[in-house]
Amino acid sequence: HLATSLPLPSERDHLRPRIDLVVFMIDIKSKYSLKNVKTSLAHVDASFFLGKVCFLVTGVGRVNACSIETNAICKLGKAYCSPVLFCELELEGIRVATAQRLLRMLQICAGHIPGVSALSFVSLMRNSDDD
Amino acid sequence: ESVDPQQTALLLRKAWTLYSVTPLYRFRRARLREYARLLGACIAAEKQKGLAVEVGAEQDIKVALSSLADLRGSELDQAALLVQLSSRSQASSRNSEDKLVWSGWFCSVFGDDLSENMPEDFTSLPLFLSHGAESYTALVGSWFQKTFDCCFRRLAISPQNLSWMVAMWVGCELDRAASAVELVFSVPRLSHPLDISYAIHPEDAKALWDTVQKTPGEVTQEEVDVFMDCLYAHFHRHFKIHLSAAKLVKVSTAVASAHCDGIVKILHSQYLPGVLMLLTELAISQIQ
Repeated sequence: HLATSLPLPSERDHLRPRIDLVVFMIDIKSKYSLKNVKTSLAHVDASFFLGKVCFLVTGVGRVNACSIETNAICKLGKAYCSPVLFCELELEGIRVATAQRLLRMLQICAGHIPGVSALSFVSLMRNSDDD
Repeated sequence: ESVDPQQTALLLRKAWTLYSVTPLYRFRRARLREYARLLGACIAAEKQKGLAVEVGAEQDIKVALSSLADLRGSELDQAALLVQLSSRSQASSRNSEDKLVWSGWFCSVFGDDLSENMPEDFTSLPLFLSHGAESYTALVGSWFQKTFDCCFRRLAISPQNLSWMVAMWVGCELDRAASAVELVFSVPRLSHPLDISYAIHPEDAKALWDTVQKTPGEVTQEEVDVFMDCLYAHFHRHFKIHLSAAKLVKVSTAVASAHCDGIVKILHSQYLPGVLMLLTELAISQIQ
């Protein structure tokens, strides 16, 4: 399901299936997209931030078109205890690899992989912080 | 710290195309005359080969290399190197003046990051600025690359860096009336390209920056973001367009103007070192 911002319209709440993973997409060429994501984050229930949220930064291939500081995005990821993925949608190989990663994460969040839960993402992130 | 006004007059009010240059190997200041001769010979040879540089060019190209001793940031910086190509038309009389056809200069202003650990035989002049026909730039560039084993790369300026530039330049104190501050945006993903030009009265822009900046002489990313967000919000209030979703391609102030393709024009001699310091930093980060 794709949405340009949150909250999702309440009229369709009863028809909506369970949400397992929320991916916030930030276009590094657009400051507006970062602002939009920040305002949308406020509408996400706190329980999602136990591994069911991730940030996907697109457009990183074009360094010279960068409008957002990557530090700011990494800080956002730290603040919300959620992983930050970087990708370039214009390159097919990276596009496919990113889609596969997201799919894998979704499988884990939906509980389809025995022995691994969304909470693993959170503990993985904390380990890298301690380094 | 003050630079010779005659020298700076050569540098101001011209549109310079920016390049980053890796350190020059075995470059000797004492041999400038010899280098000029060799470069001149190289250009003449290319002309002989039939690579016509200008239509109807019945001209001899004379090459001059000189050092701009005052154009540097600290003692650690190398003095700037100026390359000038002049032509004297063979048809005109002996005592006609040479016409400057192309100029380019290498410089380093507070480029300590790169020059600090430079081995002996290398000269660090990471920023190159050229003005004139692209064909001459290519000739001069390839001669330097061959002779000193260095590498030139076009220096593009990201929207983020352009935002820094406009914030810093807006805050500069100017003695005479300043021209308007202009930001040009290009809107992506449209069938017909659309450019938006946003002009702001210089006093308003400076007043805004003065309320944002906390420590004079220091600029933080946060302050630049707040400054730009205010400008975007103001624009949105009037026109309902989110400039933050568009690409900032050019900024113009009374101090200097810069385009994302790596083209810069410096207008005010007092701030020449400051602008060059910024550009040197960009060049160094592209090299590293």
